Amino acid sequence: MTDARINAADDQAGVDHALARKVSAAAAAERMAWDTRSRRMVTIYLPLACFVLILLFPFYWMTVTAFKPNAELYNYRENNPFWITSPTLDHIYHLLFKTAYPTWLWTTMIVAVCSTFLSLIASTLAAYAIQRLRFKGSQYVGLAIYLAYLVPPSILFIPLAMMVNWLGLFDTSLALILVYPTFLIPFCTWLLIGYFKSIPYELEECALIDGATRVQILREITLPLAVPGLISAGIFSFTLSWNEFIYALAFIQSSEKKTVPVAILTELVTGDVYQWGALMAGSLLGSIPVALFYSLFVDYYVSSLTGAVKE
Amino acid sequence: MDMAATPTRWVRTKRELGPIARLFDWKPFLVFICLLPAVGLLLVFLTYPLGLGIWLAFTDTTIGRSGRWIGIENFEFLLEDKLWWNAVFYSVFYTGVATVLKFGLGLWLALLLNNHLPFKSILRAIILLPWIVPTVLSAIAFWWIYDPQFSIISYLLIETGLRDTNVDFINTPWSARWSLIFANVWRGIPFVAISLLAGLQTISPSLYEAAMLDGTTGWQRFRYITFPMLLPILAIVMTFSIIFTFTDFQLVYAITRGGPINSTHLLATLAFQRGIQGGQLGEGAAIAVSMIPFLVFATLFSYYALARRKWQQGESDD
Repeated sequence: MTDARINAADDQAGVDHALARKVSAAAAAERMAWDTRSRRMVTIYLPLACFVLILLFPFYWMTVTAFKPNAELYNYRENNPFWITSPTLDHIYHLLFKTAYPTWLWTTMIVAVCSTFLSLIASTLAAYAIQRLRFKGSQYVGLAIYLAYLVPPSILFIPLAMMVNWLGLFDTSLALILVYPTFLIPFCTWLLIGYFKSIPYELEECALIDGATRVQILREITLPLAVPGLISAGIFSFTLSWNEFIYALAFIQSSEKKTVPVAILTELVTGDVYQWGALMAGSLLGSIPVALFYSLFVDYYVSSLTGAVKE
Repeated sequence: MDMAATPTRWVRTKRELGPIARLFDWKPFLVFICLLPAVGLLLVFLTYPLGLGIWLAFTDTTIGRSGRWIGIENFEFLLEDKLWWNAVFYSVFYTGVATVLKFGLGLWLALLLNNHLPFKSILRAIILLPWIVPTVLSAIAFWWIYDPQFSIISYLLIETGLRDTNVDFINTPWSARWSLIFANVWRGIPFVAISLLAGLQTISPSLYEAAMLDGTTGWQRFRYITFPMLLPILAIVMTFSIIFTFTDFQLVYAITRGGPINSTHLLATLAFQRGIQGGQLGEGAAIAVSMIPFLVFATLFSYYALARRKWQQGESDD
């Protein structure tokens, strides 16, 4: 179509630019010819397939290993490593009944849920104050909270480990629940400020005229309208705290209080012979809760990710 | 008169709510209450430890003994420490190479996804998976993929006749460095691609139509429309990516723990090894603090180098 348009334009053009136009028209025509189905196959679908293959392969490999009996796992000569001939639940059984894995899962869940709630409450209030109460200097508070997101945990874990010790929280889940909001709140606040911005201010003004108090407005007008934003922030916080590693590694010592990522690496890796089947089963099971949670709300997740970047 | 009467009546009902409700309707108090949890938590668990960390870097604190001020002794020690220089080198190398690859490949993936494709939303969901799954867990999967004896990549290479022996992924310094970078790129591509895809979708198609009428080539359209329009988002995503790649910890700790022969230590893993495992809190804090100048530089660089568009167009920073 564009080709035709360019050609039409070419016909109407004077002799002046005829040559230049002809060259570009020829290029366009050539390009359109290239953009046939087979061309599309090579330039779009093939690279895309490679990307998907490489991005998903580790998960496939994880799954295959988790269900393979040891005999197959360490013998590539007689078995095709890409497939399982006699699948087994041994590794999963070992993980669930011979190790403290269920406890680790439970601890991780508690920590993730509690810190998510804590940071959701704190950041909703903060975002509301910054975006809607519009006090003097609210911009600067917003900027300061945003900058807090740029402070990476790798810089903070040593002093935080000392503080956790002073507070008598060393080796407790409470330490993690209190510390995780430091990286969750900046992100959630940022996301929710953007979300509150999209809610018409007129709705609140109407409520104010009707004599509603600020608290009533927040509870009955703004919050119900902000539910999608709250869900996005919640999912993000949950996955971030589920994935957190360095604080959990530094603050928790006793085996049964560890979170899944830390426990797999420190408790399941023993000696020189790694139990790859159990390790992979552990990684798979540890990934499933976030993956499930994520797949339920994938649209919220993508929109919050992209929305936050656009802000 | 009626109109005037209505609000007064409402005000009266409001007063009946009592002093607490009135207090909550008083704006300064409300602002204070709303900001208290967030700002309080951040001040106690972020700002204070940041200051404490900087202070610790100038002391000789160890676990179980509060230190005394020793000035810049820790930093003098680090400047002569070959391991620290190693970690600085690898941190910069790791960040540089991984960022270039992540953004190159991520941009390519975003451009691919920006076409009309079947099952687009499912595809997007699948592509984000590496980013969702806990880094440590996918790192363990990579550790297994890089296994010296049972690496699946080695198996494939030998089966296809490209190599005779197993590839030594993580037991020699340079191959370990590249293997870690690959794992980091693998994990980072989805985030970059999905963020840039969002940016691509905001570019108005009419710009491309106009350019097509002018007979531009595909490259010209990318160079003069897509790329400049993407720059603001690119700047933000890149700032984040650089900061979190430079301070990365999990991937290296899970796969190599800094080995072989300390060749893959990043500053964060070195700080952990010295500070927490070795108990030298002061020295560990000094290593952590030594990351700050790099971070500030990287942030300023990516921000000013890429986010120029705004002030070029005379817009104020909002």
